[in-house]
Amino acid sequence: MADESETPLGPDCGDLDELLIFGNPETRRQFIKQVAGTGVAITIGVNFVSGSGLTTEQPVAASPTTPGGDSVKTKLKINGKEYALDVDPRTTLLDALRERLHLTGSKKGCDHGQCGACTVLVNGRRVNSCLTLAVMHEGDEITTIEGLANGEELHPMQAAFIEHDGFQCGYCTPGQICSAVALLKENHAKSDDEIREWMSGNICRCGAYPNILAAIKGAKTKTST
Amino acid sequence: MNPFTYSRVVDPNEAVTGIAAKPQGKFLGGGTNLIDLMKMGVETPDALIDINRLPLAQIEELPDNKGVRVGAMVRNSDLAEHALIRSRYPVLSEALLSGASPQLRNMATVGGNLLQRTRCYYFYDPAFPACNKRNPGSSCGAIDGYNRIHAILGQSEQCIATHPSDMCVALAALDAIVRVRGPKGEREIPFADFHRLPGNTPQRDTNLEHDELIEYVDLPAIPFASRSHYLKVRDRASYAFALVSVAAALDFDSSKKIKAARIALGGVAHKPWRANAAEKKLIGQPADEKTFRAAGEAELAAAKGYKHNSFKIELAKRAIVRALTTLGGMA
Repeated sequence: MADESETPLGPDCGDLDELLIFGNPETRRQFIKQVAGTGVAITIGVNFVSGSGLTTEQPVAASPTTPGGDSVKTKLKINGKEYALDVDPRTTLLDALRERLHLTGSKKGCDHGQCGACTVLVNGRRVNSCLTLAVMHEGDEITTIEGLANGEELHPMQAAFIEHDGFQCGYCTPGQICSAVALLKENHAKSDDEIREWMSGNICRCGAYPNILAAIKGAKTKTST
Repeated sequence: MNPFTYSRVVDPNEAVTGIAAKPQGKFLGGGTNLIDLMKMGVETPDALIDINRLPLAQIEELPDNKGVRVGAMVRNSDLAEHALIRSRYPVLSEALLSGASPQLRNMATVGGNLLQRTRCYYFYDPAFPACNKRNPGSSCGAIDGYNRIHAILGQSEQCIATHPSDMCVALAALDAIVRVRGPKGEREIPFADFHRLPGNTPQRDTNLEHDELIEYVDLPAIPFASRSHYLKVRDRASYAFALVSVAAALDFDSSKKIKAARIALGGVAHKPWRANAAEKKLIGQPADEKTFRAAGEAELAAAKGYKHNSFKIELAKRAIVRALTTLGGMA
């Protein structure tokens, strides 16, 4: 359910040089960042590593490093792809996803673990990516909203959120969907009340709760038959 | 967040050696409280030692029916759902599931839960200058401020903060033992001695030393704890800290009189509050509302409320009655 203008970087994106960034309407974020930033477009290497090892390197615009913190080399496996990163240890998993890897589907709501907009799956378990550091997750299998669909085919939970209109503004939706995917795996969707209780870590400011509940029930029915 | 060095350890001795060399360092577990406090500027460690890969994530029975040993790195969600906990210590499972959200419970560890810091607004936001816990000697902003969530038992003029954990309230009722490792070896801390009352040193939440690592929490065998319950009273139906909570277990003799009782209160004090006076009142008595009310009155006799939290005194009494009534009904 990510904004269509958000382009997660991956092997299919090709080489994103600066010309392509400026020439590609889908890379609004990079463009704004470079125009509105300090004027210094720092291009550093984010190494893309496949399971068989280092295969290619994709330069992307990166935030300037924060002074004072020594960077740490880490590898993150996200949606089945491995990324090598130099990160300031203060970088949360959420910030690494959004600011470094441009996987902007996971949203920053409260940034304090209270709203659930940043929910991702780590080794299949839902967590708040804003309250965990990227460096803690070397070796973990991380799944974000971008990794749920099977190619062009939406995950049943994504399809159910569309079918049941489980959102208004959509900002909380990636977190709602990741959380709901885990909920079904946890087998805590046995009643309406149980779904409400076990989705309480995902806040919807628009108040789309009745439709979110309907979507989860709908996805549960479809995946269990 | 202030800059810090990050390192990862895989062996408990390595963790202890590492933290001893970093007087301003902290262990990093689930991070759900520490990273939040670092974002707020309340915690400013210069080193984080990541202990998530220590081999302390097991839940196992102790030999000779002595109870259950829980590793400090066990996640709250795994502990809550474990068959041994659900069957023998339902109060602990219920307490865990009443806390935080599923996401946070997947991250939060047993050891970290013991070291949670208070949710007192004046502590949590450095924009408030006065907080003796955060800045010793700066006075207490809550005593004459907004103190709805604050303590009614065991507080001092220096601090009226409450301990936020649900899990720890159950552990207090169950007489858990905290097993820690330091440079000089291992030691056991009875749960009642683990957390501190504020007194004149509210900056110290626990009696754990800086260079000590929590390795395990032992749950002693308490056969009647299979009849136990956690009642949490809060502003919302879910995902809120307790205004008042009660962890309780009851044992009955053949004439249905109360033979033994374990009660602890949450949301009322600087530490999980073991209700010894209430327990004493119950022994030998019939399990009825009059008995339960007398127990509540006895425990709260010394309570003191403030401008916004005096309602907690009556609320705590009623919560005790309700939790015990639930257990009496299970007899």
